[in-house]
Amino acid sequence: MSSASSIEQFLRDHEHSELLRFSTAGSVDDGKSTLIGRLLYDTKGVYEDQLAAVKNSRINRSTGEFDLSLLTDGLRAEREQGITIDVAYRYFHTPKRKFIIADTPGHEQYTRNMATGASTASLAVILVDARKGVLPQSRRHCTISWLLGIPHLVVAINKMDLVEWSEAVYNQIRADFLDFVAPLGITGLVFIPMSALEGDNVVEPSRNMPWYDGPPLLEYLETAPIDKQFNFHDLRFPVQYVVRPDLDFRGYSGQLASGVLRAGQRITVLPSGRTSRVRSITTWEGDLPEAFAPMSVTVTLEDEIDISRGDMLVDPSRMPHVSRRFESHLVWMSDAPLAANRPYLLKHTTQTTGATITTLRHRLNINTLAQEHPEGLSLNEIGLVEIETARPLFFDSYQLNRATGAFILIDPVTNSTVAAGMIAERKEENQAADLSAALRTDEFSAGRLTPAERYARWRHQPATVWLTARRDLAYLLERRLFDRGCLVHAVVDDFESHVLPELARFSNLAGMIAICSSASDDPEGRARAERLIGADRFLAPDPERLNVDDSTAAQQIIQMLENKGILPVDRFQTGEGI
Amino acid sequence: MSLAEPALSSRSLTHLRALEAESIHIIREVVAEFERPVMLYSIGKDSSVMLRLAQKAFHPGKIPFPLLHIDTTYKFGEMIQFRDWYPASIGAELRVHTNREAISNGANPFDLGTQKCCGLLKTRALLDGLALGNYDAAFGGARRDEEKSRAKERIYSFRDKIGQWDPKNQRPELWSLYNARVDKGETIRVFPLSNWTELDVWHYIYLEDIPIVPLYYAQEREMLVRGTSLIPVEYNYPLLPGEKPEKVMCRMRSLGCTYCTGAIRSTATTLPEIIEELVSFRRSERELRIIDHDQEGSMEVKKREGYF
Repeated sequence: MSSASSIEQFLRDHEHSELLRFSTAGSVDDGKSTLIGRLLYDTKGVYEDQLAAVKNSRINRSTGEFDLSLLTDGLRAEREQGITIDVAYRYFHTPKRKFIIADTPGHEQYTRNMATGASTASLAVILVDARKGVLPQSRRHCTISWLLGIPHLVVAINKMDLVEWSEAVYNQIRADFLDFVAPLGITGLVFIPMSALEGDNVVEPSRNMPWYDGPPLLEYLETAPIDKQFNFHDLRFPVQYVVRPDLDFRGYSGQLASGVLRAGQRITVLPSGRTSRVRSITTWEGDLPEAFAPMSVTVTLEDEIDISRGDMLVDPSRMPHVSRRFESHLVWMSDAPLAANRPYLLKHTTQTTGATITTLRHRLNINTLAQEHPEGLSLNEIGLVEIETARPLFFDSYQLNRATGAFILIDPVTNSTVAAGMIAERKEENQAADLSAALRTDEFSAGRLTPAERYARWRHQPATVWLTARRDLAYLLERRLFDRGCLVHAVVDDFESHVLPELARFSNLAGMIAICSSASDDPEGRARAERLIGADRFLAPDPERLNVDDSTAAQQIIQMLENKGILPVDRFQTGEGI
Repeated sequence: MSLAEPALSSRSLTHLRALEAESIHIIREVVAEFERPVMLYSIGKDSSVMLRLAQKAFHPGKIPFPLLHIDTTYKFGEMIQFRDWYPASIGAELRVHTNREAISNGANPFDLGTQKCCGLLKTRALLDGLALGNYDAAFGGARRDEEKSRAKERIYSFRDKIGQWDPKNQRPELWSLYNARVDKGETIRVFPLSNWTELDVWHYIYLEDIPIVPLYYAQEREMLVRGTSLIPVEYNYPLLPGEKPEKVMCRMRSLGCTYCTGAIRSTATTLPEIIEELVSFRRSERELRIIDHDQEGSMEVKKREGYF
């Protein structure tokens, strides 16, 4: 490159290149470091002084002139032990793409590092030593890549030079691998025979394996479609931060987790359910007609709505799930094992809330894919669990949407990240199983619905809350209870107040929590309601003792309902809000 | 998908826009989750990029945190001029901290040696500066492609109560879900440019027309020529007997203290020329930073102690 025009051309090409993140897993033994060293070296991703340091190094574990694997050895402990412990990120570029490699260790005790590397990757290179065939390590990497939703998997069958470039060996390994992944439903696997040491089929095609007519690894990396990285169908805009430079501008900043947002579009705000239209999509470069994942933008709306961090803007015709309960795969990442019913913090998009793991459905043996049933999960183990959160999450299954299906669990005492979670698709049969489990001890008749069945469905008792002239409080309480998953109905003075007791009773018979607010003090109506409904299901808080602030008062009433056994006690209502 | 919807493949960001979106997300996340964030401002090209990203993150608002420069008093004059002009020109608040005690006790690189000097005037000053401001999060412009131990650094890098990094006990970091929980006295160093390369940084400066310190551009400068090294003459640098500075056409590839930053011979006077030099020379930018090479695994040792 010597003239000004060629550098301008280079800059234009480089400017329009795309970004591909991929993961690798393995140890020094299977030649992973050599493979990465080869990719960096052959694409000129290594600086001359770094190369000189490697050439001068006393260590040479390879048979070549110098040890390419040393290019990727990072921390001291790793250099001493000759292993790769942590995730290391590497960068190189070609005229077509910029690449980020998440380079991870392959040993079983480093499953969490593998999962970490896989979480941001849209392609995984799974290494197999041609002499050894499909080892537990390659299976593990494959399973984790699948679990973390990586759309493209490449099986690199390395060290072909040591098996005399044999097509039969390649075919055998390919068949073994396909057998293993069949139950996972993985399709579209790409197999590439190579020798990282000799450079065959890494960047340059191999002259030693004329029987292979596919692309070398780099060519595949440059051309693999990357449009599956993001879901462009479901608008999910988690609000990260509210920008309010002056009274005239109120913008909601965030990075689109998925979907497309257009100026003028109708949106719904979760959890409030209020709707509005997008007034502008504001950026430093000016307003945009449209933004798409993963752009970071600031949105203004036509209506004044109270929106804060943790809320989500969605398309009302494509809503996410809204729930406090869901099933999820967990990769356990802490030395302290998973404890059921212990409080954890759960971070999902821009929301952090309290959570407990209520049930461990099974543990997945990542070598055999068998489902096992131990008491808990230990470091590096993977399980399917049921989780309950203090506040509702707005989510999709991880398979449909990586950004809104992923979460982490944090230990509130040690502050460490203890697990990575991938939310599973909701299954009807599980919900049915919950119901039958709840009914096992109760009398059950096949015909009419029983209160126990209603309880199993809604997880609370029916009750009536009797308020006087607190219409706004009634609606706020209704919202709070609804957000907790309750079946609830505010019956306010729009109705003729003399039938309020009957309306409350009917609502209660349907398993509902009724919130009545009479327009003025009505001791007679209150007494009749209490008689009709029964004292244990009737709550008439003393107006003098209820806080004048609606929000505080709603909290007081929720507490009373918990104390009365109407609502299950929510352990996180006070300790959360990070 | 309706027919009116454009093909999905048209919705793809260039790699620089994807990096930019990621960095802006990180910067906003820190401001939303920490009480007292600060941005460490080193005056170099990476700081300039980080500052532009912060402007974008909060537009049309102002940058909602101060910048902190750790001044060793051995920086280039042109750096200090730039520092005093540029942040103010974009409405950012700049704070400066210096380890005055060490300076008045005579700390300087010529007598102490680079390791001890850096320990006192940079690492110690940084830790003190952060403690003084009671900051719970500090942005830094470090990138993972700079150096081997940086390749394993998290975007949110946890530091204990005395500011130290424990590379073997880092929090797992998945997706873009960052764990911002710290106890009192503990801090997080945040690296929004983690996934940028040196080429990305230069290319972004070029595309965005971001102001940088003129030292990055080649011009004739007074230098001591020792073998292949070019040493800037500032702050009474001790000369060898008979040694005289010469005028050399050169530029700085990275900016630090004058004594620890070597120049390279270069005729690159424009950004495309700098980039051209970068893609054809293929030498890493930290090669000339003396502190990285004090001993084997030198940067890792410094980072454990609290250096950036």
